Amino acid sequence: MVSPILELTDINKSFGHVQANKNINLKIKKGTIHGIIGENGAGKSTLMSIVFGLYQANSGSIKINGKEINLRSPRDSIINGIGMVHQHFMLVENFTVLENIILGFEGETVFGEKLQKAKEDLQKLCNTYNFNIDLDATISDLSVGFRQRVEILKSLYRGAEILILDEPTGVLTPQEVDELFKILRSLKEEGKTIVLITHKLIEIMDLTSEVSVMRQGEMVGHTKTEDTNKEKLAEMMVGRSVLLRVDKKEIKKGEIIFKVNNLSVKDDLDVTRVKDINLEICSGEILGIAGVTGNGQTELLEALSGIRRVESGNIELFGEKISDHNNFLNPSLLKEKGLAHVPEDRQRMGLISDFKAYENLIFGYHDQEPFSKSSILNNKEITEYSKKVMQEYDVRPNSPNLITSNFSGGNQQKIILSRELNENPKVLLVGQPTRGVDIGAIEFIHQRLIDMRDRGAAILLASVELDEILSLSDRIIVMFDGKIVGEKDNKNVTDRELGLLMAGVAE
Amino acid sequence: MEFLSDIASLINSTLRISTPLVFAAMAGIFAERSGVIDFSLEGKMLMAAFVAAVGSYYLGNPWLGLLLAILACVCLSMLHGFASVTHKGDQVVSCVAINILIIGLTTALAAAWFGQAGLTPTLNEDQRFLEIHLPFADALRDIPIIGTIYSDILSGHYVFVYLAYLSVPLVFWIVFKTSFGLRLRAVGENPSAVDTAGINVFSMRYKALAVNGVLIAFAGAHLSTAVNANFFREMSAGRGYLALAAMIFGKWHPKTALIACLLFGFTDALQIRLQGVELPAIGEIPVQLIQAIPYILTVVLLAGFVGKAIAPNAIGQPYIKER
Repeated sequence: MVSPILELTDINKSFGHVQANKNINLKIKKGTIHGIIGENGAGKSTLMSIVFGLYQANSGSIKINGKEINLRSPRDSIINGIGMVHQHFMLVENFTVLENIILGFEGETVFGEKLQKAKEDLQKLCNTYNFNIDLDATISDLSVGFRQRVEILKSLYRGAEILILDEPTGVLTPQEVDELFKILRSLKEEGKTIVLITHKLIEIMDLTSEVSVMRQGEMVGHTKTEDTNKEKLAEMMVGRSVLLRVDKKEIKKGEIIFKVNNLSVKDDLDVTRVKDINLEICSGEILGIAGVTGNGQTELLEALSGIRRVESGNIELFGEKISDHNNFLNPSLLKEKGLAHVPEDRQRMGLISDFKAYENLIFGYHDQEPFSKSSILNNKEITEYSKKVMQEYDVRPNSPNLITSNFSGGNQQKIILSRELNENPKVLLVGQPTRGVDIGAIEFIHQRLIDMRDRGAAILLASVELDEILSLSDRIIVMFDGKIVGEKDNKNVTDRELGLLMAGVAE
Repeated sequence: MEFLSDIASLINSTLRISTPLVFAAMAGIFAERSGVIDFSLEGKMLMAAFVAAVGSYYLGNPWLGLLLAILACVCLSMLHGFASVTHKGDQVVSCVAINILIIGLTTALAAAWFGQAGLTPTLNEDQRFLEIHLPFADALRDIPIIGTIYSDILSGHYVFVYLAYLSVPLVFWIVFKTSFGLRLRAVGENPSAVDTAGINVFSMRYKALAVNGVLIAFAGAHLSTAVNANFFREMSAGRGYLALAAMIFGKWHPKTALIACLLFGFTDALQIRLQGVELPAIGEIPVQLIQAIPYILTVVLLAGFVGKAIAPNAIGQPYIKER
């Protein structure tokens, strides 16, 4: 029998008290695309960082082509033919493509001949794989999709036979995903071995021939992709059966309660990021905002929630003007009027991570009875209340005294949601509600949002996850470069159509 | 003709006064391009001045004094690295600690060794650097323009002045034309990218700090064994901070940092020249105001004219590999 190109035996790794990998065994065959799937925090990235030499395992062995190797640094891995494309690209933004690729493998002390040679070699590689990259372009001028290609090119140039990709599609438009998959398939044809880390079931079914599932630091199963399906994989990932589709009742649309007129917003660097936007949301409706990150969604949400000054135009709530350039209500006044906000960046704006859970659960409402009286907090009341809502929102563990940063991403998000939803807002602004949240919690969060809608709230949902937009929204608008470039009823729209709009390609 | 020689002497002093600034700014570029803030240029310059003066005094050779100063500064840089790179402490705090330590240490050691708080014995001619007169300087002096440039501006400086201006193209070449420079710039922008390229982030930062220590030692030695013939208390007089400002004004780039250093040097030369001079229509400007010019200029330039000085992206952040 041919020995597998990569074989991991009994890998263990812990960070402090947290054991990220427990007795992991894995065999990967040469020339295949092998998927590793699992929820956030299941230990996939840690495992692959060990293979890439970035982390060192506490115990266990790694064999390449049957030969045991000792990986002390990424250099050892690169020499042994392992390349990795990280979730957050490892590129120096103000360097050129060429500089980024040769970094660490310059081959000469003073730039000269070898640099020229590297350039020629890279040009050949680009042509072979149809990469279409300008080697002298600066990284910061490239789109995310191209940056990813630079990462792949970098690994290939360094002689990778095994290419590990960590969540490669998270930041791409559907078209860019197609391009990426094309590249990966052609690499496989060339005989390269590809390891795809993802939490997206569809990608596993689409691309891989074998799949390994991780849960809570352990490897819970290996299977051929053709022998499994999405439902089975999801069950293995979560450890119980999961509803993959959201159950949604027919829309019962009420009157318009939230309206935005000719809104423009500038960011901190004085660049106009939202350009003359008009939108309205009815009660009982979820309006989804699709778009690639950085096309003005962040600034729009901030302006609507009273955190950022409006440059021009205005915002109306129940027909009353609440914000324009000169006057705007702060978030606390907006709360009183029935507008709640679940911010995109929960670490930065949604929570104070060093606070205890019960403090975050009432933050913003802490000055109201029964939580406080004459400016003095009633901790007993707050703790009791916290226990109750944490039960209701299935926050685990149910311990209000625990520091918030010790909860998982999904549970932190549930803490924010319970705080914002408990007051039964009339208008709810939600940004990236399930970013970094595991499947089980996603199901729960989505159900809560649908419940709010069915109770007649107007919901604005901004998300870079197209699946999320498509499964929750009643109506979808697409933002590109600060403008609304398309509006669709969510009946017959496909992710392809939205993808084109997201990429700024006009209809 | 008197006007011309005035200009010549002004340029001559500018070159001399800018010298420690240039060394310090180049030293700063190495540290900060690697992602380590270096507020301790001031303290290191003072340490170098002290060690160079004491070393030259005991060993009788200014070059040996310089060598000791280099050793001392590299040690201080390593101390800064140990606190802020290895142990991921706050870089500014580490620098401030070094600066305060050196002020006290030099004063105390001088008192212990020489009985005078913060003063070392005067060096004789063998123990210090002397002005270098370029060949034919006297013979060429009378040729108009060229003679003035050669004999009155270029000739007659201490060796450090020439070394400082030679260091600028050298630093430029290292930072932009060598693989070390590429790695240096990368580690200050995105240390993770460097780590995943198989290069040790910590050792890169230590190497950068070592170069930083060597360069700053020249600035200190220039002060105590060339322009002056002894060390005195706090003789660096804020030049380390001024150089840091010049480096930021020069956007962490050797060429523009040089221009900024020359600008600061020029205002300083000008203020010395203007002291006691009656200006038409204004009269005599109070000396305190004149002496404040370089500092006022620093504030104005940094506040208003730098534009967007984009610092290395990862500056001030210790590299933490594992979560």
